[in-house]
Amino acid sequence: MTASSVFAALPAYNRPQRVTQARVIKSEWTKLRTQPAALWSLLSAVILVVGFGVLYSLLREARPPQGAAATASFDPVSVSQSGVQLAQIAVGVLGVLLITSEYATGLIRTTAAAVPKRLPALWGKAVMLTAAIGAIGLPASFVTFLAGQSILARQHLSVPLSQPGVTQAVIGSALYLAVAGLLGLALGTLLRSSAGAISALFGVMFALPIVAGFLPGTLSDQVNKFLPSTAGQAITSVHPDPATSLSPWTGFGVFCAYAAVLLTLAAIRLRRGDA
Amino acid sequence: MGRSCLTGGVFPSQHRLSAPIPGRRAGGRVEGMIEMHALTKRYGATTAVSDLTFTVQPGTVTGFLGPNGAGKSTTMRMILGLDEPTSGSVLVNGRPPRAHAAPLHEIGGMIDPRAVHPSRRAYHHLLALAQTSGIGKARVDEVIDVVGLRSVASRPAGKFSLGMAQRLGIAAALLGDPATVVLDEPVNGLDVGGIRWIRGMLRELADAGKTVFVSSHLMSEIAQTATRLIVIGKGRLIADTTVADFIASAAPGAVRVRSSDQPALTRLLRSPDVTVTPAEDGSLAVSGLTAAQIGAAAAAAGITVLELATEQASLEDAFVDLTKDAVEYRAATLEEKNA
Repeated sequence: MTASSVFAALPAYNRPQRVTQARVIKSEWTKLRTQPAALWSLLSAVILVVGFGVLYSLLREARPPQGAAATASFDPVSVSQSGVQLAQIAVGVLGVLLITSEYATGLIRTTAAAVPKRLPALWGKAVMLTAAIGAIGLPASFVTFLAGQSILARQHLSVPLSQPGVTQAVIGSALYLAVAGLLGLALGTLLRSSAGAISALFGVMFALPIVAGFLPGTLSDQVNKFLPSTAGQAITSVHPDPATSLSPWTGFGVFCAYAAVLLTLAAIRLRRGDA
Repeated sequence: MGRSCLTGGVFPSQHRLSAPIPGRRAGGRVEGMIEMHALTKRYGATTAVSDLTFTVQPGTVTGFLGPNGAGKSTTMRMILGLDEPTSGSVLVNGRPPRAHAAPLHEIGGMIDPRAVHPSRRAYHHLLALAQTSGIGKARVDEVIDVVGLRSVASRPAGKFSLGMAQRLGIAAALLGDPATVVLDEPVNGLDVGGIRWIRGMLRELADAGKTVFVSSHLMSEIAQTATRLIVIGKGRLIADTTVADFIASAAPGAVRVRSSDQPALTRLLRSPDVTVTPAEDGSLAVSGLTAAQIGAAAAAAGITVLELATEQASLEDAFVDLTKDAVEYRAATLEEKNA
């Protein structure tokens, strides 16, 4: 048994092997692209953005706004970009799964042993997630805009990209999705459980505005516009109503602040806790 | 007391004395070593590991033994920097495990071979791990070849048998050519071929100068592989010794003797320091005397010795003996019932 070495074929390996943020990002890219669930989440996000945007545009084409007031407040961009509301869950779940799948399988221990500082792994996931959502979200947003506007144009309801605020709203849709993904990543890192983190994500994005709706009158609007999803969606809007919405960049800034706070908490938990 | 011919559990009398494989020792760096000092880990009210102090030396395979729930995996997680000690310290190659800039080159670990993303291909699993440290694809291919997973490298790791998963885990542990290798229960669930393969590999790693620390709850397995031995029970250190000393101290061997006149021989040998126990097959089990002493005494008394054999203490017996106070859940054993 000892004479025939099964193993001597493995040469020594003494090249420098320092862990760097760039290397960890590369590693996280390999993980993302080789995790079928992640690819399905991205694909479903595209389908939701474009599919729902086209469907809703067809609906509004069939039932255009009636009367001067309704026509004046009609926002064709929010119609063609309406799929973002659904796609945010797909990308949020993707963010959750990027980290909770590692806890569920135990792979997080391999990751933590290879990247003992741990935070580079979280940042690596955040970078790859943002890049991936941007890479699919931006084209999807433009496609649904062009398709939706071409449908609405038959009722002369469309706007061109050149109109002030429109390009910002189309790009903003993709930005919103990217930050929604980061929220999912932060919640997943904090809660370490797919079910828990996805529930929390639904709570933050959908339940909080409903709860705020129970508040009386103007207080409801005041609270609601500072909630994560409402604040974030300001950037997808061309004519935000100051009574119910923050201005585009302020709202998006508030949304980013939520994500930043949660990511900071997630980083603390990841670094301090047992893996 | 087992017999040396029984299955497993026996100290290998001749330890392999082969020379280190030339050219395999990693040059120009501190040799691997694991040093623990008063290491303690509590999870809430449960103390998993308590006041562990020991050192694992390079160049040998050190077995890490303890009953289930003794704290082996907890200790290994702390060695790999996964869990933080509640108090005390663990140093790997002279530094805390999380302080290494090139961790894969310092510590190669396998805690759970099933800890893979089930739909990710084995190759990509290793590639993602390698990329964290800038280890190239050529090295990934090397470890895949060495552990014999070439033909299945593009299959999803979740579809692997336990034996294949163990090999994948070992491939991951060896990627960075680490000075210290830490494997938790590497032979669990393997077939004979797989067990032999791992034993050979562990010895070669030790011969190449690496620090090899391998846990098991099976004494027999450790005995076939390890030279040194750390035994824990209920999170506490029970023994820090060599495999040979461990057996000698825990359960001294007996001598089995069969002669022309067993009653006479019994009377002749029996003394305050010597116990003579008749066995069911008619032989006598004598402890407290060597085979040579018994043979000489019998010859002097004119008793013909028909059979005289020194029995090796079974490692499993020695292990049970030593840890009997430290076993968390223990069923009444047959011997106890019969006693």
